[in-house]
Amino acid sequence: MTAISHQPLGGKVVTKPFLILGFFLLIAAYFIVRRFLFGMGDVSNMSNGYPIGTWVVLDVVIGTAFGCGGFAMALLVYIFNRRVYHPLMRPALLGGVFGYTLAGLAVMIDLGRYWNAFNLLLPWYAQPNSVILEVGLCVMAYITVLWLEFWPAFLERMPSEFKQRYGLNRLQAFLKRYMYVLVAVGVLLPTMHQSSLGSVLLIMGSKLSPLWYTIWLPLLYLISALAMGYGVVMLEATLVNRAFKTPSEATLFARLARVVAGLLTGYLLLRWGDLAYRSDLGLAFAGDWDGNLFLIETALFLAPLFVLVSHRRTSQRWQFLAAVSLLAGGSLYRLDSYLMAVRPGNGWTYFPSAPELMITIGVVCLEIMLYLLFIKTLPVLHGAHQAQP
Amino acid sequence: MAINRRQFLRGAIGAVTTTAAVAAPVAGAAPFDRREPKTLPPKAVGMLYDSTQCIGCKACVAACKEANGMPVEQPQRLANWNEGTWDTAEDISGKTLNVIRVYQNGAMTRKDREIDGYAFVKRHCLHCVDPSCISVCPVSAMQKDPVTGIVTHNPDACIGCRYCVYGCPFNVPQYQFDEPLGRIAKCQFCNHLQKQGKIPACCDVCPTGASLFGLVEDLQKEADQRMTLKPGDLYEFPRGKLGGDRPGQVAPVGEYQPHIYGETESGGTQVRYLTGVPHEKLGLPKLPDHSFAAVSEGMQHTLYKGMIAPLALLGGLVVLARRSAKSDEKREKDEERPS
Repeated sequence: MTAISHQPLGGKVVTKPFLILGFFLLIAAYFIVRRFLFGMGDVSNMSNGYPIGTWVVLDVVIGTAFGCGGFAMALLVYIFNRRVYHPLMRPALLGGVFGYTLAGLAVMIDLGRYWNAFNLLLPWYAQPNSVILEVGLCVMAYITVLWLEFWPAFLERMPSEFKQRYGLNRLQAFLKRYMYVLVAVGVLLPTMHQSSLGSVLLIMGSKLSPLWYTIWLPLLYLISALAMGYGVVMLEATLVNRAFKTPSEATLFARLARVVAGLLTGYLLLRWGDLAYRSDLGLAFAGDWDGNLFLIETALFLAPLFVLVSHRRTSQRWQFLAAVSLLAGGSLYRLDSYLMAVRPGNGWTYFPSAPELMITIGVVCLEIMLYLLFIKTLPVLHGAHQAQP
Repeated sequence: MAINRRQFLRGAIGAVTTTAAVAAPVAGAAPFDRREPKTLPPKAVGMLYDSTQCIGCKACVAACKEANGMPVEQPQRLANWNEGTWDTAEDISGKTLNVIRVYQNGAMTRKDREIDGYAFVKRHCLHCVDPSCISVCPVSAMQKDPVTGIVTHNPDACIGCRYCVYGCPFNVPQYQFDEPLGRIAKCQFCNHLQKQGKIPACCDVCPTGASLFGLVEDLQKEADQRMTLKPGDLYEFPRGKLGGDRPGQVAPVGEYQPHIYGETESGGTQVRYLTGVPHEKLGLPKLPDHSFAAVSEGMQHTLYKGMIAPLALLGGLVVLARRSAKSDEKREKDEERPS
């Protein structure tokens, strides 16, 4: 599966943006240390009314949806055999590697009894009805699969004598030969846990507004995760293209636009159709907090849909805007259903504290730093056009 | 990169199979069934809390702290007022498993009246028949006793993910956010005392019998009977344990709301509330007569029944990915040949 050549981007790793990101990371590190020394209450505004805060919702629920680029592209390239999109595959995979790995890191910060985290893997503690157990195990497995899928990038970079000495060339051949198994597992696992992230909310019942609470939550989460996966690939490719003057992928994205438009249509039809079926459409136009959030979400999904079916889909600028709107819509959907449309009652309210947000931001900064480091030093980006110096 | 017709057809067939594998369980889930409701354990123990008999003395709160070794709680804003000496818990928390709250309205001239009245309500675990906390817990830290039905928590299993806090319809489990090594605090109905043949501390100390311990079946009968009495008539309210040897307390019967709270809520609980003020005003949420755990588990059992759907999907994906890899290899060879 290396028909196209990937090349390290090269260039300095420690640049000004890299240092700025590192600065934010240091601030986050300070608050993370405080969290472990003095407890979660010292840095976060989470409470027993809102026991799930930005660490889970932004870094895990939204973070892994941003990490779905690898999942979405693998589905298209390897499962539906659309080879034209292959140049986008490895950068998307790398986004997934970090999106998921750092979501795992955020979970370790968030777990109240982290020293017991290993219990998740012990069969005698397993509680098979738990959606969270399914999500946890599935995400752990997927992180492993993502790194394995990305291994060829490391192996290609290693000097061949080194590989020969340690038998790594055999590993490379093995990975290449059976990559299709990894790819299949790597599509199955996110299908399971991204839908389960919706199923998690089925327990919320009357605590969650009926605009979000539906038995279709798992499917809505799955479709929107896929759409966000394609959105993030568009966003990444455009940013990398502009920042490092690599060849534009705009024509590829114009083709991809149809796929994304299909997903968005399906999502909106299901969301609105379900509401109409339950005769809850009135809630959407109630003009209150929940109703307006719902309408904003719909607008953020409709806008990219219009762009992607119009002739504007060939313009890189419009593609970029569509991707941003799509990602904002998907993120807001997750934020609303996990936090903003949740009413625990008893006068509970929640808004994240500054230190709490700094930890969330720090995790995202680390993600971007690692992404930059990897595309500069490892063969990730499609380098066919700049092969000759 | 041209795909010939045959490849395309094979691809299309694979794609349709995979789509069907995805769509089938989803379509099946549309008229999907909730998991069968759970039933009350054979010797379920519980509590009948009669808000009209509660005098708000909070002896139960103090006794609970002592019996469970919980610390005194002083919210910051009340610290000056009470000079830091009294326990002034306002709600259940990581330090308080049981609390008496007060409802206040207008002039507060009469007890157990919604308008211009006041009322007391007790907050603690209701020991659901079909508990959400058990359904969400990934590591079986929450357990329901198969005989007594008491919902207990095992901190050695708990990973602190707090989904029990998030999912409980009554907001009962409480995580200790102010502790570096915090744990989940919840009422375990003085399980440790019951093992010694004693009754829960809150029911033991209640001077009026507002908190009454007993078998859920008996408590239900007692509650049903109180509902038939005429408000204002004198009645001997049992104290401590229903059917125990303690003398009762003779007091006027309250003017009860027409529904016994806790009987059907969230698939039924092991606690019964009789109140004079509407339940929702007292922070007892309106809930359907099924547990949301049955919805969530119904969905999981539909999608993951015998892992058939995921395995079928995996099979389809492996076939498609392999085909795609083979066509890739072939293309590579074709490209190499001329060079």
